Amino acid sequence: MIGLALAYLCDRAFTTALNILLLAIASAMLMLLVQFGTQLSENLQRGTANIDLVVGAKGSPLQLILSSIYHVDEPTGNIPLSAMKRLQHDPGVASLTPLALGDNFDGYRIVGTDQSFLSLYGAGIAQGRSFSAPSEAVMGATVARNTGAKLGQKFVGSHGLAESEGEEHEHAPLTVTGILTPTGTVADRLILTSVETVWDVHGIEHHHEHGSGHEGDTHDEHEHAHHHDHEEEPHGREGLQPEVTALLIRYRNAAAALRLPSMINRQTEMQAASPATESARFIALFGAAFEGAKLFGWLLAATGGLAIFVALLGMARSREGDLALLRVMGANRLQLFATILFEGLITSGAGAMLGLLVTHGLMVLAQSAFPAIAEMGISPFRLLPMEAGIVIAMLAIGALAALIPAICVYRGNLSNLLASL
Amino acid sequence: MSFALHIDNLDFRYNDRPVFSGFNLAMERGRHHLLLGPSGSGKTSLLNLICGFATPNSGIISVAGARMTGLSERQRDALRRDHIGVVFQTLRLVSALDVLGNLRLAAKLAGVRPDDAHIAELLDRLGLVHKLHAYPRTLSQGEAQRAAIARALVSCPGLLIADEPTSALDNANMEKVAQLLLDTAEQTGATLLVATHDERLTPYFDAAVRLEGAPA
Repeated sequence: MIGLALAYLCDRAFTTALNILLLAIASAMLMLLVQFGTQLSENLQRGTANIDLVVGAKGSPLQLILSSIYHVDEPTGNIPLSAMKRLQHDPGVASLTPLALGDNFDGYRIVGTDQSFLSLYGAGIAQGRSFSAPSEAVMGATVARNTGAKLGQKFVGSHGLAESEGEEHEHAPLTVTGILTPTGTVADRLILTSVETVWDVHGIEHHHEHGSGHEGDTHDEHEHAHHHDHEEEPHGREGLQPEVTALLIRYRNAAAALRLPSMINRQTEMQAASPATESARFIALFGAAFEGAKLFGWLLAATGGLAIFVALLGMARSREGDLALLRVMGANRLQLFATILFEGLITSGAGAMLGLLVTHGLMVLAQSAFPAIAEMGISPFRLLPMEAGIVIAMLAIGALAALIPAICVYRGNLSNLLASL
Repeated sequence: MSFALHIDNLDFRYNDRPVFSGFNLAMERGRHHLLLGPSGSGKTSLLNLICGFATPNSGIISVAGARMTGLSERQRDALRRDHIGVVFQTLRLVSALDVLGNLRLAAKLAGVRPDDAHIAELLDRLGLVHKLHAYPRTLSQGEAQRAAIARALVSCPGLLIADEPTSALDNANMEKVAQLLLDTAEQTGATLLVATHDERLTPYFDAAVRLEGAPA
């Protein structure tokens, strides 16, 4: 009877196509919302798993979180190195990871940091070794795959955080010393180097005080071309001071969570933002819009179901003769019921599957058109269990829409069948 | 004696009006009968009863030796499927399927495995093999009629029923259709029962049963 249901659907191809399209639009809308909502929320949570506090220049706390943890927005500014040193010695700080931003390679951000960054994101070295000496860099898994970078290869960063934004630092090429294991986090799309390397690239003179990229080094022992042997913070060639963009902090204890943010926000020129709070605020910001769009999607799905219902009911009436004929030829009531039900299920199933294809097709297109989507770690090829749920819901809508026409056929008055032929 | 259809002392009331009262009919296998009567004389009611779509108030209807009366709906469906082929006045080919698809569907519904070679042979016998993949809307009236006959015969039923097959035809075409039904029934070994008000068909059949009862 499936073959017959298909034949009937093909026989009124235009109506069938319209119904499929209606349900495909509804499915795609719901699936897109589920995809973006789920992946965004997961990535936000994953990105903040090991970070309790972000310290940066004053400005929007959300911007600070987005730029420092998710690497999708412009930083709020820089903070002096002295601030980092003060916090490093704070008893409430268990670990502190500096970030120095400002350059990119092929659109991938170059992040000046230290080895603790790797453990924050659970990244390991897949090939080669981590950065240690100046001008050394390791590439995230996605960066290495997309740029085709190999160990030992040199590359030149460009000023700015987006591709083709600023001039290239041709005078200071970096060397790939390692490639990171994939983590499913933003680390896959970053290029890591030492904070000193970032300073060097920008011609900022410094001496190695904080140990970025030099774990185990005794800083007093380490001689460097830029070393300035005095207590004050060193000044660059053009009066630029070594600064960092942000600090990622893990608390040592619960008391620190109460004390540190308020201390930083009230007593310094910096701001402290909680990733958990800002992420929740960010999700809540989109949450209402997501829910509204979802409601609209389900309304569309209900409209699709109604269209199938109208089509099948009309069809069941106009096809009374055919159905009577099938009964005469040997079809039982259940087979006729199943034929109508299959038509509803095939229409809604086709709509849901088309919706699934459209969803992932649109995500691929969106990713190539808007790099921020990839930067947020949203994969167009990931299938979510909720999508299967939407497919099942669409099938249920199709079955429900077909139920009444199918029952009408099932309960048809057989004693008058031949009279209708 | 072996009967393709045997009706014994049939009583049937429709909306409290008697349609058949003590009606009898015995059709030997291989003998072809006309069921003659004007519109409303009960022809359609009788076909409904023979096919098992309606149940009589009393009496017995047997098809191919099996009693249709007293069976459950499912059993009646099975008996009809296995032994009866029907050609309708309006032909009613499934418009969504081509001729081959219509015959395959009929075979499947009759519980017979569709055999394309048998279908082609049947259509060839009816001069319609070149329309194997044609859709009903592209067929002429005559072609559609032959396709409907082929469909009724695809499962090799013992009893072939045709309802008003010639009512709208001129003499020449009436004769063609009558001959086609009789020849096909002979070739397939089916017993033919034609329900009609068309008296022109009388000379072609072995026997005619006249219905003049109250309208159904």
